[in-house]
Amino acid sequence: MIRLNQLVATYTTVRGTVKAVDGVDLEIPSGNIVGIAGESGCGKTTLLKVIYGDLVYPLALDSGGVDYVFADDDRQEVTTETIQQYWFKRISYIPQSSMSSLNPVVKIRKQFVDFLEPKANKEETLDRVRQFIRQLDLPAEALDSYPHQLSGGMRQRMMVALATFFQPDIILADEPTTALDVVVQKGILLLLVRLQRQMQNTVLFVSHDMGVHYQISHRMLIMYAAKAVEFGESAEVFSAPLHPYTRMLIDSLPNIGDDHMRQGVSGRPPSLWDDLRGCRFAARCPLATQRCRDEEPAFIEHRPNHFAACHYAGDELPKVEPSA
Amino acid sequence: MRLNFRLKLGIIILLILTIGSFVLPIFTDVNPSEQGTYFKNMPISRDHPLGTNSIGQDIFWYLVFSLRNSLVLGVGVSFFAVILSLLLGLSSGYIGGVYDRVIMLVTDSFIAIPSFPILIVLGTLIRGQTSFWYLGTVLVIFGWAWNARTVRSMALSLREREFINTARFSGSNTLEILLQEIFPYVYAYLIVGFINSILFVINTEAALAVIGLSNVEVPTLGSIIFWALNYNAMFIGQYMWIVAPVVTTVLLFLGLFLTSTGYNQLFATRRGHS
Amino acid sequence: MKLLQYLGSRFVAYIAVLFIGVTITFFLPRLMPSDPIEGYIAQMQNQAGQTITPEAMDELRVQLRRLYGLEGSLVEQYINYINKVVLQFDFGPSLYSYPRPVAEFIWTALPWTLGLLGVSIVISWIIGNFIGLLAGFFHNSRFATTLEVVGVVIYPIPYYILALLLILQFAYIWQWFPLSTTIRPGPLTWEKVNAIIYNSFLPAMTLIIAGFGWNILSMKALAFATKEEPYVVFARLKGVKPRRIMTRYVFRNATLPQITALALSIGTIFNGALLTEILFSYPGLGLLMRTAIGSGDFNLMYGTIIVSIVSVATAAFFIDLIYPLIDPRIRLR
Repeated sequence: MIRLNQLVATYTTVRGTVKAVDGVDLEIPSGNIVGIAGESGCGKTTLLKVIYGDLVYPLALDSGGVDYVFADDDRQEVTTETIQQYWFKRISYIPQSSMSSLNPVVKIRKQFVDFLEPKANKEETLDRVRQFIRQLDLPAEALDSYPHQLSGGMRQRMMVALATFFQPDIILADEPTTALDVVVQKGILLLLVRLQRQMQNTVLFVSHDMGVHYQISHRMLIMYAAKAVEFGESAEVFSAPLHPYTRMLIDSLPNIGDDHMRQGVSGRPPSLWDDLRGCRFAARCPLATQRCRDEEPAFIEHRPNHFAACHYAGDELPKVEPSA
Repeated sequence: MRLNFRLKLGIIILLILTIGSFVLPIFTDVNPSEQGTYFKNMPISRDHPLGTNSIGQDIFWYLVFSLRNSLVLGVGVSFFAVILSLLLGLSSGYIGGVYDRVIMLVTDSFIAIPSFPILIVLGTLIRGQTSFWYLGTVLVIFGWAWNARTVRSMALSLREREFINTARFSGSNTLEILLQEIFPYVYAYLIVGFINSILFVINTEAALAVIGLSNVEVPTLGSIIFWALNYNAMFIGQYMWIVAPVVTTVLLFLGLFLTSTGYNQLFATRRGHS
Repeated sequence: MKLLQYLGSRFVAYIAVLFIGVTITFFLPRLMPSDPIEGYIAQMQNQAGQTITPEAMDELRVQLRRLYGLEGSLVEQYINYINKVVLQFDFGPSLYSYPRPVAEFIWTALPWTLGLLGVSIVISWIIGNFIGLLAGFFHNSRFATTLEVVGVVIYPIPYYILALLLILQFAYIWQWFPLSTTIRPGPLTWEKVNAIIYNSFLPAMTLIIAGFGWNILSMKALAFATKEEPYVVFARLKGVKPRRIMTRYVFRNATLPQITALALSIGTIFNGALLTEILFSYPGLGLLMRTAIGSGDFNLMYGTIIVSIVSVATAAFFIDLIYPLIDPRIRLR
C-alpha cells in the first residue's frame, strides 16, 4: 500500500514557484496496476517523481508526504527522504525515454549491477539475471551486448527486466511504450502484465492513452491541473465515470465499428500560474455552474472505493449536437 | 535581454584597446619604429608612459601602433576568411552529396595540416619583402576551415527543418533559400567565428614575427617582441619592453575570447527562449 | 562492415591531408611574386661582392634550379617532387653542411619533437580533461566556477607568450631551469635522462599549460551536456553512486568527442611545439627549421616541413585508429 498524504510538490522557476502537484490525498492498495491519466502538464510525471523520492532541484516537496507500507518491512518508517536506498530493490522505475536510457558505451551486463553494493556477489547475480531474461524472451547473450546491438523492442524488454529482476514492491512506469511501434508496444504491455501477475507488485503506469489503460489497469487515477479528480476501480471508472473530465477522456476513445466523429476534449487546462478558484475544470465543463466557479469540490468517496472531486459527480453530460 | 558578464567584460576590453589604438595615433606625428628618436633607456615618465627602449624608441607609442596594425591585419584577413567559409560551408551543407563529402575532406585537411611550417617557408623565401597583402592571403588560406565546418553543420541541420521545405515547395531557388532562410540563423555563428578568426590571425602573424619571419619593420604585437628579444631586453633589465606587449597581447586575446564565448552564450540562451 | 567503412574513410582523410599539405608546400612558393633563386643569388652577390663572374652566376643559377627541382614544366616538377620527397623521403644533401644528407639531421631531431609532444599532449589531455570533468559535473559549486575561470584565462594565451613568461619567471628570475637547452651527445645513461628531463621541463610545461585551457573548457561543456542525457539521469535513478556516474557514465561518453577533437587539433598543437622549440633552443624539428632558415638551407627546410606534415597526419590517423576501441558503436556491427 502507498498512502499519499495531502501531497504538494513545487517547481522553482525564474517566475517563482509553481505547484505541479497540489494536495493529492489517496491510498493506493498493493498488488494493482494503477493507471494514471490526464493531459500533459497535469502533474502525472511529477507525482511519479515525488513517489519515487527523486526530489532534486527545481522539484521540491512543499508539504504532505508519502507512506510506503512495504509488505514485509512494517517496522521501518520509509519516507520520500529515505526511499532512495531502496531504489531498484523495492521500488523501481521504467523511464519515458527508455530508448536512450542505457549507456551506449558500456555493456548491458555492467549496467545491470552497477548500483549494487560493492560487496554484492555480482557474478552470481548475473547468472540469475541470465535465467531471468530468458523468461522475458530475451537471448542470454543480450546481456553481453552493447545497447546499440539490440532492437528498440529488445532494449525496452531489457528495461522491464532491469526494473523487475529484484522483485520490487513498487514499479513506476512513465509512458514506457510511447516511443515504440504498436506491435512492439503490445508485447511490452503483455509482458508487464504477466510479470505483475507473477510478482504481485504495485505498478503505477502513466500514459495519456486511455486505450492502453482500458486494457491493463486495475485502477484508474485521473489528474487534472495538478489535482486528482477521480480514483477508482478501472471497470467502474470506464463504465460509470463520476467526473465529467473522465467521461470526456473516455468519450475521446474510438470504438471499432463506431463511425461517429469522436468527441475530443475541447479547450485547454488553466495555467497553474493563475489564481485558481473553485473547480479547475469549470471553464471547460458542460455542467459547470456558479457554485463550481466559486467553491472547490472536495475529493470524496461517492461510491465504495470510488473517489471524485466534483459537485455534480455522476450526473449525465448534456448531449452534444453533432456539428454540421 | 541582460548582457552576460563575459560578453560585457570582453567588449569593454576590446573597446578600450581598439579605440585607444586607433584614436591615439592622430595626436602624434612620431614614427614609432624610427630608432634614436629619444634618449635610450629612459624610465617611465609623463612624456614616456612606458619609458624608452635601448634603441631610443618610445615603448608606449610603438605598442599603440603595433596594436593598431595587428588589429587591422586581423580584421581584414578574417573578413575574407569568413566570407570564404560562409560560401563553402553553406553550399556544402545545403547541396550535400558528393560535393559535400569532397569539400569536407578538404576542410578537415586544412584543419589538420600544420600551417606553421608552411608559413615559415614562405616567410623565409620572401624575407625582407614580406608584404602584408601576401601574408594576409596566406592567412586566409589557412584561416577559413574551422568556420566552414561550423557553418556547414548549421546548414545541414537547418536543411531538414520545416520552413526550408516550405520555401522550397513555394518555388524559391537555392540561392534565395540560402540567403533568406538559412543565413539569418548562421549569422550569429559567423560573428563568433569572425572573432575567433581574428584571434588566429593576430596570433599567427605575431608568432611568425617573434621568430623574425614576418615583416618585422612594421610594428605589430609580434615584431615588438622580436626586437625586444633581439636586443636582449630581459638581460639588460628592459622589462617594460617585453612585459608591456605581453600584457597587451594577453589582454587583447582575453577580450576577443570573452566576447566570442559570451556572444555564443547569449545567442544560445536567446535561442532557448524563443 | 561499419568498422571497415570507418577505417576506410579515415584512411581517405589521411591521404587527403598528406596530399593537400604536400601540394600546398609545392605550389605556394612557386606562386610567389618573387623568385627565391634570384633572391638567393642577390644575397650571394652582396656577400661575395664582384668576385663572381656573370658566367659563373648563370651556371650557379642552372645548378640551383636543378637542385630545387625547378626544371621543366610545373607538372613535371610536381611529379618529380612527389616521387622524390614523399615516396622516397629523399630530401637531398644539406646545402649548409654539404654533403651530409638532410635525412640524417631530421632523424636526429624527430625523436626530440615527438617525445616532447607525446609526453605533453598526454599529460595535458589527462589533467585538463579531469579538471574539465570536475568543473562540468559539479557545475553549481564555486570550485567549478574557479576551475572554469582558470580555463578561460589560459585558453587565449598564445604559445610564445606562455614560453616567454615561463622563461622570464623560471629561467631568468628564479633560475630553476636553463634558459636554453644544452644536452651533450653520448650514450643514454641516468645522468643523460636527468639532463633531458631538466632541459625539457620548461618547453613541456609551455605545451601542457597551453593545452589545459582548451581541454578544460571543452570537457566542461561536454560533461555538462552529457549530465542531462537520459542514460545519466536513469543511472542516478537506479541509485548508482555519483562517483561512478561521473566516471562510467559522464566521462566515458564525453571523452569520445574529445578524442575526435584531439585528432583534429594535433596540427595546431604541433605549430605551437615548433615555436616553443625555437624559443627554448630545444633540439627538435622546430629548431632544425630555424637553422635551415638562418642558413638558407632549402633542402633541409623542405625536409623538415614534409616530415612535419607526415608526422602530424600520421599521429591524427593513429588517434582515429584508436577511436573504435573506445566507441563500441563503431567497433561492433
